[in-house]
Amino acid sequence: MKLLTLNFLTCAIKTCKTNPASFPLHPRDAELEIVEADMNLPFLRNILPRLMWEELRGICGELGLPELPATPPTPADLVEASNAVHGSAEADEEEPSQTAKDLHRILLETCIQEGKLVCGACEHEYAVKEGVANFLLPGHLV
Amino acid sequence: MLPTPSTSHVCYDRVYEPAEDSYLLLDTLSAASETAFLQDRFNNASSTPPLVLEVGVGSGVVLAFVAANAGTIFGRHDVLTLGTDINSFACRAAAQTVRDAIQEREDGRSVFTDVVNGDLATAMRPHSVDVFIFNPPYVPAELPDLSCHDKYNKVPEGKKATSFEQDSYLLELSYAGGEDGMVVTNRMLEHIPGILSADRGVAYVLLCAQNKPEVVKQRIREWGAGWMAESVGASGKKAGWEKLVIVRIWRNAI
Repeated sequence: MKLLTLNFLTCAIKTCKTNPASFPLHPRDAELEIVEADMNLPFLRNILPRLMWEELRGICGELGLPELPATPPTPADLVEASNAVHGSAEADEEEPSQTAKDLHRILLETCIQEGKLVCGACEHEYAVKEGVANFLLPGHLV
Repeated sequence: MLPTPSTSHVCYDRVYEPAEDSYLLLDTLSAASETAFLQDRFNNASSTPPLVLEVGVGSGVVLAFVAANAGTIFGRHDVLTLGTDINSFACRAAAQTVRDAIQEREDGRSVFTDVVNGDLATAMRPHSVDVFIFNPPYVPAELPDLSCHDKYNKVPEGKKATSFEQDSYLLELSYAGGEDGMVVTNRMLEHIPGILSADRGVAYVLLCAQNKPEVVKQRIREWGAGWMAESVGASGKKAGWEKLVIVRIWRNAI
């Protein structure tokens, strides 16, 4: 599962929903794999406001990945400076910057293949097997 | 006509095979009236990419269709897709269906995240979903016994394949909806206001005639000020009754 997916998930237990500690889920004992994906620059630019940056930084730290900057990149940071000066009208000619490539790698290419996702509120562990996270709860927790 | 994504790799012994209901969703979401509605809502190129969540993806044909035709449906290619299914075999099959459908495109590829194994949308962050799609188990038939789910949700230990019993159980999950075929749908409807994004969220839910769609729509309108529910697609018209309908649920600014 991609790290971007974690931006949209919380603990599945009802009583955790209102607890801020139920987001994000924390990877534990994670085996990572890089799965190459297409670079989509307009997507990266537009998703920036939706990324929970602090939480994403935390997850990268927990996974032992290179540290993300303290503040999210700006849309201009994602484009190679030499091309950016020509304006954004020629969107097709925009070259992704190293910042964009790094962000793309973190969000869409870094996948948790095996491991657990742990709720910060109730400590419940969700298993990830063969890249698929299992959010089904045992009967007594539903 | 937009192409239907290939699901030839999916094993229909334990994953719901695309049928009339699936195709009605494809036709409805790509109909001119619906793409006009969606583009009006999401076409602003500088707005954040819409997150499309399908619950109960099965073979993945519907989510793959939306992902592969994002440009036609939403007027933009930066659409994000995510799926869930209670059946782990469906999760793997559907992920491949969506990946393949996007990969087949030469350009304008949208962004697929994952299919997670879960109970409806219970793992979603509140108000994170922009477009919600649900083809529920709508047949009035007894719900399968969920107490064996854990055992049946994986290939049995020491075995190479699933059992016939197990496959029957997994297929039952995809169609059996309990009383009036509405038990699972009602649980899902209850969560829709909590998962849809406040400003632009919209849901598409398929119902059959036995689900009493008119009653369901009226109930949704009573959720509170601004909530709307309209039929936006139907098939199998017989003596004035639609066999299947797609209900669009959204909230108008108040």
